[in-house]
Amino acid sequence: MSLPATHAAASTADDPGALEDGPSETPWQLTWRQLRKNRVAMVAGAVVILLYLMAILANFLSPYPMTERSDRVYQPPSPIVFHDARGRFSLLPHTERLDLDIESQEYHVARDSITPIRFFVRGEEYRLLGILPLRTHLFGGQGDTAFHPLGTDTEGRDVFSRLLVGSQISLSIGIIAICITFSIGLLIGGAAGYFGGAIDNVLMRLCEVIQSIPTFYLLIALAGLLPPTLDPRLTFLLIIVILSFVGWAGLARVIRGISLATRELEYVQAARALGVSDFNIIRRHILPGTFTYATVSATLAIPGYILAESGLSFLGLGIKIPVPSWGNMLSAAQDLEVLTSKFWMLTPGLMIFITVLAFNFLGDGLRDALDPKLRR
Amino acid sequence: MPAMIRFILKRLLTMIPMLIGISFLCFAVLQLAPGDYVHTMMSSDQFSEELKRSVIREFGMDKPWPVQYLLWLWNALHLKFGVSLATRQSVATVIWQRMGNTLLLSACAFVVAWGTAIPLGVLSAVKRNSVVDRACSLLAYSGISVPGFFVALLAMLFAQRSGWFPIGGMHSPDFDEMNAREQFVDTARHLLLPTLVLGLAGCAGIMRQMRGSMLDTLHENFISAARARGLPERAVIFKHALRNAINPLITLLGFSLAGLLSGSALVENVMAWPGLGRLILESVLSKDTFLVMGAFTMGAALLMAGNLVSDILLAVTDPRIRMGR
Repeated sequence: MSLPATHAAASTADDPGALEDGPSETPWQLTWRQLRKNRVAMVAGAVVILLYLMAILANFLSPYPMTERSDRVYQPPSPIVFHDARGRFSLLPHTERLDLDIESQEYHVARDSITPIRFFVRGEEYRLLGILPLRTHLFGGQGDTAFHPLGTDTEGRDVFSRLLVGSQISLSIGIIAICITFSIGLLIGGAAGYFGGAIDNVLMRLCEVIQSIPTFYLLIALAGLLPPTLDPRLTFLLIIVILSFVGWAGLARVIRGISLATRELEYVQAARALGVSDFNIIRRHILPGTFTYATVSATLAIPGYILAESGLSFLGLGIKIPVPSWGNMLSAAQDLEVLTSKFWMLTPGLMIFITVLAFNFLGDGLRDALDPKLRR
Repeated sequence: MPAMIRFILKRLLTMIPMLIGISFLCFAVLQLAPGDYVHTMMSSDQFSEELKRSVIREFGMDKPWPVQYLLWLWNALHLKFGVSLATRQSVATVIWQRMGNTLLLSACAFVVAWGTAIPLGVLSAVKRNSVVDRACSLLAYSGISVPGFFVALLAMLFAQRSGWFPIGGMHSPDFDEMNAREQFVDTARHLLLPTLVLGLAGCAGIMRQMRGSMLDTLHENFISAARARGLPERAVIFKHALRNAINPLITLLGFSLAGLLSGSALVENVMAWPGLGRLILESVLSKDTFLVMGAFTMGAALLMAGNLVSDILLAVTDPRIRMGR
């Protein structure tokens, strides 16, 4: 995006009068102005930012460590009330302890157990952003009253904490996978379109082969072959690699189409005549032309990766328990008994829905904002 | 129409190297994974020595894997797909049965998806920015944003709570004792929920495309001309606009089939529908090489056939494609 800078420089140096109409907008400013008019897209963008903030601060926001087990199996969400033990109204939220009734195997509110929810409590040590060692958590229960805002799972682990830590995995996978996919897709599509001929033919046949396999079958096949005993971090990386491997072909084909058209434009011909190397022509002159398309389709492709990861983890092929991801947290709900009586186990599904919805709205908003036809 | 036949033949011919490429890719990936079919089979005493020897001979298990692949390919070309390790059934039999089930589910979902998407898309384009349009948009956005398996879970929850539908599966346990009519009703009852889950997931994307395409067409000059000629609005919309607006959607047909196949893999697993997607998961997990190979190749062939159909439809409606670029 060097165009606006040179334009501005030219107008100050040669033609001071041009400044009187006010400085011209850079494409970024133009897009931002368009985007701001779209209320839905702005809200969606805010939700996306909020979700990522949540993921970054997951350890601080979560009251318990993600793998800490307790004997409170499938405890429903702790109630939140706004009155204290003596029934007086209080602005501070209070919670009540839930005790398991051995006979009916159901949780009941324990009598006289109202305690305030405490904020900035000291708990398990963690590293904020992976560096800063801290012990302070945003909130927690008092004494022996465990506070589980979204209940507990089959091992008595806090669902809310797992949801937050799981968001780190579910949300980062989309971003990392899209970076890899786009590097491969841009490079291969750009090269195929620029060189044409045999290279184009081979690369495009390869794309067609990959695209002719039903995506999820390929994902299942690749992920299913990962040994189950693999280190969780390695599994995480391999899942990303697999998702990217499946995803680049469609993008490469579109990028090829765009670069095929750009190749014949004068400025590319000029660059070639000046002896610029092929790689630099692709990088500096062909790929920037695909920028608008790439930005929009990246935003719209991220939810696809999030859905694919959750689907794989749901089937037990992706991120493996005890490391939480939204998908594998939902697989507990495959049990009919859990599904029908433990509604809080479905919250990861809601989170996936919100995330994907936000990305879709944001992507559509971006597309409209970047579309010159819609600018007024 | 010789041009048309040539076009179809050309497409069919390109399918062959593609299928070979896909099966090779699949075989190579299977070889990369630790712990293979041969070891499991040879160390298992469930199989007779004779069977082991015949499998080794037939599939060249003692040879390096590229040779094994060529042998598999040779056998596959003769429609011999080997036997499944887990069930000891012929792979071809299992796949035909499972593919039939997946096709049944996908075809029904396809009808539901397109049958609801086209009218709703047209309606929301014609009544742009109305309450109906906004409701449809909301529905479409929700549809593309909710994971299919999550909807499947909710559908199972609904089936359990209401008791109106069987909870997963394809047949009731007493299916074999039923007469033909009862069997049909039983299958239909089992089919309904998975079809709705899969169909509504596919409907969202198509509906948005239809709306966009219809809006574009309604802005064309020939629509204004038709209105100026005093044609009734009904004729303008259905005779002039819809017929032109539906063209770009034909390309979507192929993609929609791919989406259905992928989506059905998850829905099949949640709702215990015995289809190809479930088969692939099971066979990959048990490293049932021949079953994976067969199911995978057939899944790809199914997808290609779908793409071919959409290309043919496109060629029928658009002469530029038929003539070749």
